[in-house]
Amino acid sequence: MSDLTNLGIAALRDGFRAGDFSAREAADAFIAAVAAGRDLNAFITETPDHAIAAADEADRARSAGELRPLSGVPLGIKDLFCTAGVQTTAASHMLEGFVPPYESTVTSKLFGAGAGMLGKLNLDQFAMGSSNETSAFGNVISPWRRGGDTVALAPGGSSGGSSAAIAARMVPGATGTDTGGSIRQPAAFTGTSGIKPTYGRCSRFGIVAFASSLDQAGSMARDVRDCAILLEQMAGFDPKDATSLDVPVPRWEDNLSGDLKGKRVGIPREYRVEGMPAEIEALWQRGIDFARDAGAEIVEVSLPHTRQALPTYYIIAPAEASSNLARYDGVRYGLRDLPDGAGLQDMYAATRAAGFGAEVKRRILIGTYVLSAGYYDAYYTKAQKVRALIARDFERAFETCDLLLTPTAPSAAFALGEKNADPLSMYLNDVFTVPASLAGLPAMSVPGGLSAEGLPLGLQIIGRPLDEQGVLDAGLAIEQRAGFTARPDRWW
Amino acid sequence: MTNAAEGDGMSTYRIQGATGDWEVVIGLEVHAQITTNAKLFSGASTKFGSEPNANVSLVDAAMPGMLPVPNGECIRQAVRTGMALGAEINRWSRFDRKNYFYADLPQGYQISQLYHPLVGEGSLMVEADEKAGIAAPKTIGIERIHVEQDAGKLMHDQHPTRSYVDLNRSGVALMEIVSRPDMRSPAEAGAYLRKLRSILRYVGSCDGNMEEGSMRADVNVSVRKAGEPFGTRTETKNVNSVRFVMATIEYEANRQVDVIEGGGTIVQETRLFDPDRTETRSMRSKEDAHDYRYFPDPDLLPLELSDAFLSECEASLPELPDAKRTRYETALGLSPYQAAVITADVETARWFEALLGETAVAQGKSEAEVAKTASNWLTSDLFGALNRLGVSIGDSPVTTANGAALLALVADGTLSGSLAKQVFEIMLETGDAPGRIVDERGLRQTSDTGAIEAVIADVMARNADKVAEYRGGKDKLFGFFVGQTMKAMAGKGNPAAINDLLKKALG
Repeated sequence: MSDLTNLGIAALRDGFRAGDFSAREAADAFIAAVAAGRDLNAFITETPDHAIAAADEADRARSAGELRPLSGVPLGIKDLFCTAGVQTTAASHMLEGFVPPYESTVTSKLFGAGAGMLGKLNLDQFAMGSSNETSAFGNVISPWRRGGDTVALAPGGSSGGSSAAIAARMVPGATGTDTGGSIRQPAAFTGTSGIKPTYGRCSRFGIVAFASSLDQAGSMARDVRDCAILLEQMAGFDPKDATSLDVPVPRWEDNLSGDLKGKRVGIPREYRVEGMPAEIEALWQRGIDFARDAGAEIVEVSLPHTRQALPTYYIIAPAEASSNLARYDGVRYGLRDLPDGAGLQDMYAATRAAGFGAEVKRRILIGTYVLSAGYYDAYYTKAQKVRALIARDFERAFETCDLLLTPTAPSAAFALGEKNADPLSMYLNDVFTVPASLAGLPAMSVPGGLSAEGLPLGLQIIGRPLDEQGVLDAGLAIEQRAGFTARPDRWW
Repeated sequence: MTNAAEGDGMSTYRIQGATGDWEVVIGLEVHAQITTNAKLFSGASTKFGSEPNANVSLVDAAMPGMLPVPNGECIRQAVRTGMALGAEINRWSRFDRKNYFYADLPQGYQISQLYHPLVGEGSLMVEADEKAGIAAPKTIGIERIHVEQDAGKLMHDQHPTRSYVDLNRSGVALMEIVSRPDMRSPAEAGAYLRKLRSILRYVGSCDGNMEEGSMRADVNVSVRKAGEPFGTRTETKNVNSVRFVMATIEYEANRQVDVIEGGGTIVQETRLFDPDRTETRSMRSKEDAHDYRYFPDPDLLPLELSDAFLSECEASLPELPDAKRTRYETALGLSPYQAAVITADVETARWFEALLGETAVAQGKSEAEVAKTASNWLTSDLFGALNRLGVSIGDSPVTTANGAALLALVADGTLSGSLAKQVFEIMLETGDAPGRIVDERGLRQTSDTGAIEAVIADVMARNADKVAEYRGGKDKLFGFFVGQTMKAMAGKGNPAAINDLLKKALG
């Protein structure tokens, strides 16, 4: 039998249903790939037992005629999702050894749909980062290398464990979360696909919070169809999340179509930023050509407040994070550092100093600062106003187009260590992904081609609220035309 | 600064300082626990007196990834309370986070409402009470009511070197009811608190039980010379009885006058009341005050209230104490005193209305016709007895039905006033129905003329000398004959009949 790890979610599901192989065979193949890929450091915790139990149940279900939507499909779960009985760390020392007695809504739905879990995937600490270098468990290494060198590259972040594991064929698909681009940028860096749905589509219950008004779970996989399959099982109203949307989940997979006839695809002129590399410019043009070829009408649109999106994001997200992370205080769970003779305040200080990494501390400080008396209006209030303007930009643009097409990131994957001395240049990675996050819009990244150095480049599609179907359809249209078949040579 | 309350029942309460009289300015922030079975943002129970940490959900313990979901009943009760205080209800409000670190605050923030509270301006009226120095009814302004989470509790007495945390109260729903600085004496503050508690209990939004911590007040006090602007205020936190609130004000006002007259200045600060020493102590000054970094809670959407929701809140409000008191005076003819006493507490009012209804039915009369008798019996006989027994009206051994039956037995002449008192005492002891007591113990009143005349004849025969004296003009001996006749009839003779027949017999 050929290597089952070459199969994506749809192929695994369908092959298993057709009786080509057992779920256990598929699970064993991926478990072996996970073990063989430890050099990439994509997993914080491996859970082969979970994957095997789900596979055995799937095999039983198949013979009993009780197949579920994801029966036979093992997945990787970003270690930001709380999983009952399985360590959940958010890639922070603060939660090292923390085993939740509860299951996040998203993982609960996936497991309920028959999926198994191969392990908990590495990420930037508390999802704060774009390169995976802020993980307390060591950074993930991208399976991709530039042509001709062996320099270790960033898999993107924060869902870098997810993107690397998919690209290295260790998992057929994975969950991600996206606050400012944490699904889309890693997908772009690794030649994989990832969709962040409309804010509120997926429940945030049981996902370790970074910035509540921006955090949104989404699916990551090898192609658009697999993303649709996975997202369909993750999404849905949840009364345990007050910001969850009470709307039905469409049949995205069934309705998938790469035909863009009658669609107008907007090209936002403000995304043509100064100093954009020529190959990104060329990639974007290729994407435009693909969309036109698929039948879309191309229109130029304006999103005037694009330039303000990044500073706005870096006020709102840290502000919410500074408050969301206050619960990690050493009192009830997680790390406690109690020096001899320490009082309560000393315990807080010691615990948080030891538990949080540098980037997390930086964002807590920024967030605390912008919410402080005397600065609140100048920063937080103003940022909220600009956020509303950014959302209005999109509303106006969607009066003349149905979808927006942009590059996902301003460059191909950079080398590990290249940017972490300069937080600002790291933050600039999010320049194209952050606006859609601030507006709560569905957006996805699909591979559009390779850089001169042989690294994947991603194209981003942004849609109207709740129009995941339009986003997925455009993603499929690009995928069908890009002919992206490159995959990293196995060196690990 | 303006003062809305001025001119409307000016208080004469003053602190006599060395430099003259000082006026006291008081505002109260009352934290009232909303009566619901579940907490504000989690499904955990709110039962009082549970084992430590028995009523704690994953949300209350702020476990990673847990999210708050508003409990609609808490919002409903706060809106009803606002309506009962004639307040503006904000159809759009929002929850904010108040950020600070403390071990009893698992999230590291309290979910509260700073910028857009649920309820805006309202007011309540305190009655005139001359004994307490409140010359005329006075309207106290209410600035706002917002909804927020309570914190947990630290226990320092469980271990020599460690503190323990009990999160049972963590996340319990509170209404913070903020008054205007409209009160001018401890008595006014006490009257305001009692009236507020009465209204909350009528509405059913808070049980008002200060001993169990369901109601606590932060007391803001400042002093000034008459006509001057407000002085700097101090805030004494978490005072948990009406008496302590009044004591806090008295102590704090005198302390402030002493400080100012001693050449010092009052610093804006948070203080604590020590009930054992009846004094307040500084907790932290403004300089040490937390920067709470309030911002809208991104886990929660703004609260938007629909017309249907507001109509239901309005329609479900009961008759409130002021309206009830007026109705008792005008429609039932009760004295202002009795109307005030009976309506002050919702349980008493409910008890009275049940008694009234049953009494009217038992006697085939209208409620207005029997209201006075019923209220007299309630406020003198029953209140006296309950006081003696030390129980509340809710635990009265005499039911409303039995009370009504007793009044009916008096009305139809079966019992005299004194017999009724005897029967009532037995009812208190046994809880039995009065009819049964009358039958079993033969306590029926005798109005049989022949029987009474026979007893009178016997009494006169045994006291021929007194009869002669009476007939010689010693009128006051009449009472002697009444007493003797009554005694001979073991208290069961109809007093009116005895009077009539004695007058006739004595000539």
